[in-house]
Amino acid sequence: MQFGIFSVGDVTVDPTTGTAPTEGERIKAILAIAQKAEEVGLDVFALGEHHNPPFVPSSPTTMLGWIAAKTQRLQLSTATTLITTNDPVKIAEDYAMLQHVADGRVDLTLGRGNTGPVYPWFGKDIREGIPLALENYALLRRLWDEEFVDWEGRFRTPLQGFQSTPRPLDGASPFVWHGSIRSPQIAEQAAFYGDGFFANHIFWPASHTAQMVRLYRQRFEHYGHGAADQAIVGLGGQVFMAKNSQDAVRAFRPYFDNAPVYGHGPSLEDFTSQTPLTVGSPQEVIDKTLGFRDYVGDYQRQLFLMDHAGLPLKTVLEQLDLLGEEVVPVLRAEFAKNRPAHVPDAPTHEALVATAGRRTEARERARGIAEADAERHAAAQPKAPQGASFSRQAR
Amino acid sequence: MAAIRLTVLSGGLSQPSSSRLLADRLGEAAASALRDRGHEVEVTAIELRDLAREITDNLLTGFPAPALDRAIADVTGADGLIAVTPTFSASFSGLFKSFVDVIEPERFARLPVLMGATGGSARHSLVLEHALRPLFSYLKAETAPTGVYAASEDWAAGGATGLQHRLDRAGAEFAAIVERNAGTRPAWDPFALDAGELLGPGGLAGGTSHG
Repeated sequence: MQFGIFSVGDVTVDPTTGTAPTEGERIKAILAIAQKAEEVGLDVFALGEHHNPPFVPSSPTTMLGWIAAKTQRLQLSTATTLITTNDPVKIAEDYAMLQHVADGRVDLTLGRGNTGPVYPWFGKDIREGIPLALENYALLRRLWDEEFVDWEGRFRTPLQGFQSTPRPLDGASPFVWHGSIRSPQIAEQAAFYGDGFFANHIFWPASHTAQMVRLYRQRFEHYGHGAADQAIVGLGGQVFMAKNSQDAVRAFRPYFDNAPVYGHGPSLEDFTSQTPLTVGSPQEVIDKTLGFRDYVGDYQRQLFLMDHAGLPLKTVLEQLDLLGEEVVPVLRAEFAKNRPAHVPDAPTHEALVATAGRRTEARERARGIAEADAERHAAAQPKAPQGASFSRQAR
Repeated sequence: MAAIRLTVLSGGLSQPSSSRLLADRLGEAAASALRDRGHEVEVTAIELRDLAREITDNLLTGFPAPALDRAIADVTGADGLIAVTPTFSASFSGLFKSFVDVIEPERFARLPVLMGATGGSARHSLVLEHALRPLFSYLKAETAPTGVYAASEDWAAGGATGLQHRLDRAGAEFAAIVERNAGTRPAWDPFALDAGELLGPGGLAGGTSHG
């Protein structure tokens, strides 16, 4: 199982001092945090993509490329890459390039973004969010899986004989996770392709995450990629620790009370009881995190949000020391217990190279299953009256 | 036959509240009309005042705390809703609207609604028609033709146009809609997939050219 951290890269005023880092300071802090993640023995660093203040990481592959050069083992990922508003051609090229630079230590998590105006800023329509995610990813897959691509779709100019460059490292494209808080269509998409599903997890009650993951697992099995408990699941988490539980609560409360997402709303106590947020001793973090398995099953990747809400860099680095030294080693040992042998690990580059052919065949089978589903669905629909047109095709 | 479940929602803020009083009277009128039609009736009462904190939290976090989640399920899963708000600044109260705002709109579809409002004088009685009815129309709920507005003076008025007369007429109209729709509204499933969207052109099974 992989453990790591993810950063959304917000620039937020530290409520205890009234000051905020500059953009430059925050960017350098994120880079320092990523290096620290490897130093304390974590497996994954994932970076968000945003195009509006208070967030700074608009260009994740630039930052991940730098981190790749400064680390040896750390898996580099995203949280999330905007599949809706980025050109899939550029995603295909950027992340294949990063694969080569990072010797394969790259995967990515696709998402639709959290800010409405990003769609029009990039010439897109937010009402098409799901169709954009479906079509853009279908093109991204083909750009990675096929040498030369002829393409025609609704959302970008057609391609004739286009080859994206560089080609994926060793013929194995980066592993893809699909992230969503509340859209079952995205769980379905992840299942169809046999990709991973990343549940944000941190802003909503566990019961909701449990249902989304259950849906993804069932559909993963439906599309023939393996048994439901072999689907690839990642979860977010959010913690703040001190040796003594009361010290953690006292230190984190002003950050919680003023945090951009939930600040000025529920109490710290309510939010910790209703969501995965844990503020307390390392042992409390261990206990709560181990409990995640009770409602999502054995899973592959656990990422924690550690650097947000104005927490100063020094504090974040101290938190990472606690996470790496006192929490993750125990989680590794405990999660390994009673884990069935047929439950896979999160795919690494080496594993993807070894299984590339099998993955392509599995996706072909899944396509056949989806086509049969579509035929059954169409046959079950009432016949349209003559002359009526219900076509949603734009072509 | 399963009992008819009515939920009585009051947006009143004071204790005691005339909105709660009107809501209870509307609930009694509706339950009585349904019993006359041979139904068993169960009534659940909800006061938004008790949920004010949770409603604000939900506006900020995007999800309901457990008590609010139960209230939302009681409101949207009922066979009929009696919804009463005080009139504030010529409209429903902000708390009443905030409660509606945190609920997925599709959960109100085909829900029979009996509207009520209270105010200091009869001059605001059209709040039912210019504020509440458009709100529930947007939500695709099915409002009873008669809503009941009660001004302070109504609590002392009798006769053929008095409050009780209006309560009875509203209750009877509402009961007919509740009876018609009972058991026909599909359960709301946030994890349901639109197979047409995913399986049609541009969906998972293709619809894009293969080269």
